[in-house]
Amino acid sequence: MSEATLVEVPPADDHPVHDDHGGHMVTSTGLSNNKLAMWLFLGSECLLFGGLISTYMLYRGRHTGSPGPAQLWDIPLTSVSSFVLLMSSLTMVLAVSAAQQRDDRLTCLWLTVTALLGSTFVGAQVYEFTSFYHEGVGFTTSLFSSSFFTLTGFHGIHVTVGIIMLMSLVGIISRSKIPGDKAEVVELIGLYWHFVDIIWIVIFTLVYLIPA
Amino acid sequence: MAIIERPSTVPALPGGDVPQFATPASSYGVFRRPVTTTGWRSWMFTIDHKKIGIMYGVSAMFFFLVGGVEALLIRTQLAAPDNTVLSASLYNQMFTMHATTMIFLFVMPMAAAWANYFVPLQIGARDVAFPRLNAFGFWCFLFGGIFLNTSWFLGGAADGGWFMYQPNANALFSPTHGVDFWSLGLQITGIASLTGALNLIVTILNMRAPGMTLMKMPIFTWMILVVQFLLVFAIPVITVALFLLMFQRVFGAQFFNVDAGADPLLWQHLFWIFGHPEVYILVLPSFGIVSEVLPVFSRKPLFGYKFVVFSGAAIGFIGWGVWAHHMFASGIGPVSVAVFSVSTMLIAIPTGVKIVNWTLTMWGGKIRFTTAMLFAIGLIVEFTIGGLSGVTHSVSPSDTQQTDTYYIVAHFHYVLFGGAVFGIFAGFYYWWPKIFGKMLDETLGKWNFWLMVIGMNLTFGPMHILGLQGQPRRMVVYPEKLTGEGFFNLHFWNTVATVGSYILALGIFMFLVNVWHTTRKGATAPLDPWDARSLEWLTTNPPKVHNFDVIPHVHALDEYFHLKYEEVDTDAGPRLVKVRTAEELHEDQEANADKNIHMPSPSYWPMLVAISLPIMAYGIIFSLVLTVLGGAILLMAIFAWALEPAVADASDYDPPPQGGEPTMELANV
Amino acid sequence: MTTTEHSEHIERDDHGAAHGDTGAHKPNSFYIQVAVALAVITAVEVGLYYLNIGKLFMPALLILMVVKFLTVVSVFMHLKFDHKLFSYLFYSGLFLAVGVYIAALMTFRFFDGG
Repeated sequence: MSEATLVEVPPADDHPVHDDHGGHMVTSTGLSNNKLAMWLFLGSECLLFGGLISTYMLYRGRHTGSPGPAQLWDIPLTSVSSFVLLMSSLTMVLAVSAAQQRDDRLTCLWLTVTALLGSTFVGAQVYEFTSFYHEGVGFTTSLFSSSFFTLTGFHGIHVTVGIIMLMSLVGIISRSKIPGDKAEVVELIGLYWHFVDIIWIVIFTLVYLIPA
Repeated sequence: MAIIERPSTVPALPGGDVPQFATPASSYGVFRRPVTTTGWRSWMFTIDHKKIGIMYGVSAMFFFLVGGVEALLIRTQLAAPDNTVLSASLYNQMFTMHATTMIFLFVMPMAAAWANYFVPLQIGARDVAFPRLNAFGFWCFLFGGIFLNTSWFLGGAADGGWFMYQPNANALFSPTHGVDFWSLGLQITGIASLTGALNLIVTILNMRAPGMTLMKMPIFTWMILVVQFLLVFAIPVITVALFLLMFQRVFGAQFFNVDAGADPLLWQHLFWIFGHPEVYILVLPSFGIVSEVLPVFSRKPLFGYKFVVFSGAAIGFIGWGVWAHHMFASGIGPVSVAVFSVSTMLIAIPTGVKIVNWTLTMWGGKIRFTTAMLFAIGLIVEFTIGGLSGVTHSVSPSDTQQTDTYYIVAHFHYVLFGGAVFGIFAGFYYWWPKIFGKMLDETLGKWNFWLMVIGMNLTFGPMHILGLQGQPRRMVVYPEKLTGEGFFNLHFWNTVATVGSYILALGIFMFLVNVWHTTRKGATAPLDPWDARSLEWLTTNPPKVHNFDVIPHVHALDEYFHLKYEEVDTDAGPRLVKVRTAEELHEDQEANADKNIHMPSPSYWPMLVAISLPIMAYGIIFSLVLTVLGGAILLMAIFAWALEPAVADASDYDPPPQGGEPTMELANV
Repeated sequence: MTTTEHSEHIERDDHGAAHGDTGAHKPNSFYIQVAVALAVITAVEVGLYYLNIGKLFMPALLILMVVKFLTVVSVFMHLKFDHKLFSYLFYSGLFLAVGVYIAALMTFRFFDGG
């Protein structure tokens, strides 16, 4: 993933142009290009999810003639799935830690566990959506339902993309084919994964726990 | 002719670690990398920021002409009352597509063209941080723009205005697929803007030449940095709006159904939270260009560099707090109106600071009225006019009369045409020699400039009158019996405006004539034709693939100027004396050229990822099978991209004809 | 064509920490403790949902939400221990989002009570 290409080695008799600690690509800030890009991207995602959350907050009470949050929510189920996603953040940190120790096997193990926990979360979402549908609340039923499914659907797609990235990473690491800085790739996918978790932290409270 | 050398696998630094790279023997590569340096393939698969910049520019100018034709059709229809050139339906499509094309397919990509070509050069870098992502952004924009315009042939273009207010843009009042093409097309171009923004921010923060602190960067680069931050945060907001629109129209979701209790203002807020930063996205690059041009042709440094930088950042920041001034008449209530009225007045301050600084840059300078300089001065004058009408809009009571009339049309065309477009043209005349090695003809340039100035003032000036006399926007006809009498007769001023638009078109035609003439017979440009100040001029015409033979060590603002001139004590006091010419500096570069310059290699994948997006979009409109197909291409191309190393390996190059080791010469050289 | 004098690979320093990490890498037990704390907070949130604490419920839940959010960002995402630039980039997006959307909701009189 990293395009570490434009490195110059300063002439041996000249002072180094950058204070280079470990052979990383030389940058003006000393920070990794990829990591800067990822944090910027996550900053922009705040505006994406902010818009979806605001739309939901505006429309949460508009469901005349069809079931609303109070009738639909299964708080125990959602609490458990929220806990599962939260724990997947922990396993992701453990994966990053293992990657920094250069332990490929352990990295792949924790990445897989993270993906499994994430899949459990998605599975619970799918179950939840299906049960809502059976109770007469689909994507187009009301303003509330459209906003709800759009918000949680976008989040769920982000989780799914994350799972695909995690499993791809497992595959690539096992074959030692990664074209770049291995630990950094794990770290960056970790940042994405944690972000998806913190969005859910917000959604769990604002959508499920705080009543309309 | 670029020579690429394969990185050795011998660790060169203490620590002696094995690099964690894909080695050629173990890569997944099925196809050889496209490594040619000539022909169409060298453009189609390029990741060179300069080639990408040129492609952005050519595409943007093409769409400029498309949008211009749309404008001429509008003006032709409005030349006389009760006119029948365009039907109401076609008229709605025309003004919608004119605005959408000009904003998203001309000004934004043209700014991207300048930024892509010159930001790396101005900061002393050899490319951007993510070259393949850069190429991807370009193809995304091009394919998105083409996709959007195929709507003309596939049932009708979008017709709800470029701001696409709900519920008017719903299936009931916009039954063709036009609005769907619009929402999907803008999603695709939005991806281009977002990835481009990430790329340029990381490039500017991380790839500056040694010694170039942020406060030693050229102003153009600073303005581009501010614009990229605006894009990074604004694009997601319109992304949300476009998704809601698409879900409503295509899948029947409830977001804007007033019967179901929807609030149409939701769309307006989401759109304008994007839309207001968008207008600064449109104009700040041109402010940056003008901030480069004015000092060079006044033979003086920019007055108050720090103030110009901070005012640019201030405009970007305050610009987030003014969006509802587009909604003064939408019923948001007096408190909201008052708050946004005040914030809008505040934003005039940093803009005024820039105008003052530009003027003071010229004051006391030795001014050369080249065409580039004329456009730059023109921007100051025309943008100020547009800014003044903008200040009248900020006063919400007067805006209540002005909104939705031609007075608003006058305002934004003065700031956009007189601002953004004039800046772009200043850039053409200033930077053409560097990009193409030829000087645009100055005589033709003056014709270009004056026809554009006369044309634009004749077109948009009368619109102030038309608006205040009550002519509404977006009306296909105005009836004769309402045109009034005497000096303010609407028919008269509409005709004047139409004539003006044709003169404007003629002016633009003169630019095209100039380009054609220059290409055929233009004078070869010297390395530094304008005696300029910034680092992009420390290169050849055009710059070599790797830009700089030696990355300069920067000691000062306007580093290139300080390489050429030194302050020397004379009998008459301290004087600036030219100590090196551009040619001498160039020789120094070549004599000390770096030996191990690794440039990233071209790639198929950015374009393939990009092309999957309109395929998926066509699928959403016509048949989900296409969406699945496009999705498969997307997935495959993304994986291929992620697994591909940045530099091609030896097996991608043709073996030499006499046999022996591949020398890593690029094929077809 | 001269031969290369160096290569472009990324080196690790002796601790195996990625370049750019300014803090020493924490041991796994630290992260597990933080995760336990987050789980406890989640349990408290759910518990408060079933209890009836009247008007305190919404502020309490919002505070707990913010605490969890910032903990994951600062600790799991390592933002607290990394270079400040990353924080500026992320928090500017966050604050902009919160500011702009709350302002928009205010024009809808969303917070007007009742």
